[in-house]
Amino acid sequence: MSMTILTVDDSRTMRDMLRLALVQAGFDVLQAEDGVHGLEVLDIERPDVIVTDINMPRMDGFGFIEGVRSDDRHRAIPILVLTTESDDDKKARARRAGATGWIVKPFDPVKLVDAIRRVAA
Amino acid sequence: MDPMEAIKITFFQECEEQLAELESGLLLMEAGEADGEVINAVFRAVHSIKGGAGAFGLDDLVRFAHVFETALDEVRTGRLAPDPQTVLKPMLRAADVLADLVRVARDGGTVDEARVLQIAEELKLASPVAAEAPGEDMSEIVFGFAPPPFLGDEPDGIAAMIGVPWAIHFKPKAELYANANEAGLILRELGHLGEIALTLDTTALPPLESMDPEGAYLAWDIVLTTERAESDIHDVFEFVDGDCELSIEAKIAGDRPSESADPTSVEPPLDVMALIRRVQGGAESAPEMPASPEVAPPVIVAQAAEPAAAKAPARAESAVSSAGGSTIRVDLDRVDRLIDLVGELVINQAMLSQRVMEAGIAGASAIGMGLDELEQLSREIQDSVMAIRAQPVKSVFQRMPRLAREVAAMTGKQVRLVTDGEGTEVDKTVIERLADPLTHMIRNAIDHGLETPADRIASGKHPEGVVRLSAGHRSGRIVIEISDDGAGINRAKVREIAIKKGLIAAETILSEEEIDNLIFLPGFSTAAEVSDISGRGVGMDVVKRSIQALGGRISISSRPGKGSTFVLSLPLTLAVLDGMVVSLGEQTMVVPLTSIVETLQPKAAAVHALGDSRVIAVRDTFVPLIDVGQILGYRAEMLKPGDGVVLLIEADGGARAALLVEAIQGQRQVVIKSLEANYRHVPGIAAATILGDGRVALILDVDAVVAVSRTGEPTSLEPQFQMMA
Repeated sequence: MSMTILTVDDSRTMRDMLRLALVQAGFDVLQAEDGVHGLEVLDIERPDVIVTDINMPRMDGFGFIEGVRSDDRHRAIPILVLTTESDDDKKARARRAGATGWIVKPFDPVKLVDAIRRVAA
Repeated sequence: MDPMEAIKITFFQECEEQLAELESGLLLMEAGEADGEVINAVFRAVHSIKGGAGAFGLDDLVRFAHVFETALDEVRTGRLAPDPQTVLKPMLRAADVLADLVRVARDGGTVDEARVLQIAEELKLASPVAAEAPGEDMSEIVFGFAPPPFLGDEPDGIAAMIGVPWAIHFKPKAELYANANEAGLILRELGHLGEIALTLDTTALPPLESMDPEGAYLAWDIVLTTERAESDIHDVFEFVDGDCELSIEAKIAGDRPSESADPTSVEPPLDVMALIRRVQGGAESAPEMPASPEVAPPVIVAQAAEPAAAKAPARAESAVSSAGGSTIRVDLDRVDRLIDLVGELVINQAMLSQRVMEAGIAGASAIGMGLDELEQLSREIQDSVMAIRAQPVKSVFQRMPRLAREVAAMTGKQVRLVTDGEGTEVDKTVIERLADPLTHMIRNAIDHGLETPADRIASGKHPEGVVRLSAGHRSGRIVIEISDDGAGINRAKVREIAIKKGLIAAETILSEEEIDNLIFLPGFSTAAEVSDISGRGVGMDVVKRSIQALGGRISISSRPGKGSTFVLSLPLTLAVLDGMVVSLGEQTMVVPLTSIVETLQPKAAAVHALGDSRVIAVRDTFVPLIDVGQILGYRAEMLKPGDGVVLLIEADGGARAALLVEAIQGQRQVVIKSLEANYRHVPGIAAATILGDGRVALILDVDAVVAVSRTGEPTSLEPQFQMMA
């Protein structure tokens, strides 16, 4: 059975690129446009891995991760954070919020898929 | 299309949206009206552009966006106060540069490198932290992954070839599991690097009754024999660094794990594949292997999950409905096809009405009333479909603040651009073709309209001039006004220039309005008196022509010392045309109403032969008389002036001509049907339409007909004050 990945990103460009990379790698893809939308999708779907952006309107990535982790149904889902910054502050903050790992943008499709396989059983 | 190319198109579309958001946000900030969300949106806009640009390898764009973003982040986090002068002015200029870089990335061409660097410097000056942004060194920003957190000594070449043993101690903390990391997966990853031997340390495991199901009690001692560098080993633990106790040390070759570990406290080495199988097996894991919290006592987890599961169905419904969104993206061709079809429907309905009338059926009958309703419905459908193509003029208006800033900076004038009615909707094509004329007129308003701050103060005005750009609907047309509060048109000077250029005779007596309208004459503006800004080889005549090409009109009013106002009046759509239906022999033709100045009944005495052609005296000028029927080949012989009607028209560039036709049938709105798309281009014919009685009528291409027939210029060029409507 193929894995389902939920991507949360407000940029249409990024959503398209993520979808392309993930579909080519054989994943099923769900997409949300911001943190609030992401949590709504999680109300009805159960992805294997979540990939989320940090800077988003309505609810940012940190808020979204906290929302996922505080929900007993989803708190064990691995969450990868997409970040443009390679700086350690952002990573530390993402991890404090409950992120499993991160992918530095601009992502390389190979590294994206690698990171997903790394955190997914 | 290559999927990446398609995404690139999306990226540039998104860039435009984000640039708009950026600019409007910065303007709000400048006005001190921005809240945190606006500042966040501004930051996100630049951030997203940078992110996408990086993915497409647009390095110039990434580099500049990065400096910009760093400065914005300072404002966002409150470390830098958004001062309108020292911070926001440079940022607005930076937004302009960013827009240029996006455009160059999309359309090719070059940017002004010096300006980009200068603005980047300004940003760095405004925010000290941005100065530290590694804008020069792209390797880290563009090419992605951070250098590994620890750069250990790499084994030398020979050792790497044969594989080096490493002793690794790994003890996850509870946080590691809480973030959905899995010790088993990390061990699996480690296994991909080389050969591993694993020892599980369960000494910390408490008795079952005192065990926290989410606690972390296990540790591993691993011997990894790998050819890979130490940094690769650290990379495996990248995500869990800090959430575990970790030590990685090179072992002396030949040192076996059983010898290094304390034999009394460890169990025999485990087969790593067996371990992975257990982890993957999830709940089936053997009780002695509670590697992950979920597999420990399942009862507790299940209880905890129950209330949440009960809430789920109630919320599921709202999620479905909100996931849809309120807009869809539709290919423009589909909309145009629909517009075409609705045009056909309207024509068909008109034909039907006419047939019913011809059949002698009373309007008050059931059929007549049904037809009335059909007509109303058709109109409504037509309006609604046209509304799909309509877009707010905002997309054009929002380019103007930047322009105003640039022109103001170049001319040393102070300008406040006030826009109004950005929400007014117009046909997409009209909007696209409005950009150039509006750009030119705003430039003119600042460059020629407004006075310098010193002059303004001298005449008792505020040093900052106001240019107002507004849009609105007025009786089925869109009206756009560009006004300034400058000195008004210098009529003496305009007149002088017109005489010098031979556009009018020195003794011509002109009204104020007529003088103002001289600026629309071709050849009025030349490089000599047009500055760099307003120049660019475009005069007001070109503006006027492009507005007319859209079926619009332009007029001007000016008061000395108070300023000037230009008014553009445009049709809401290009699919429908107001036309004069005329007879040409057996044929029926439509002449666009916008080009008709007046109609007159010619007297034979007013027409004079001039070589092979004829001219007609219209008041005090001679205008070439064009026999349309003859030019288009409907008739061989010339029509006698007394047998026809003259349409005085104004063609390309303001040249006038008199079109001689047999008769005028009336004025009507017609749906434009392209000839090129259905047949081929016919010289002299712009398009076709279908009349109410089902006959096809051609729409005259006035400019082409005039160009074909032109044998001489009119004897004098009268200013076009009749456009003052």
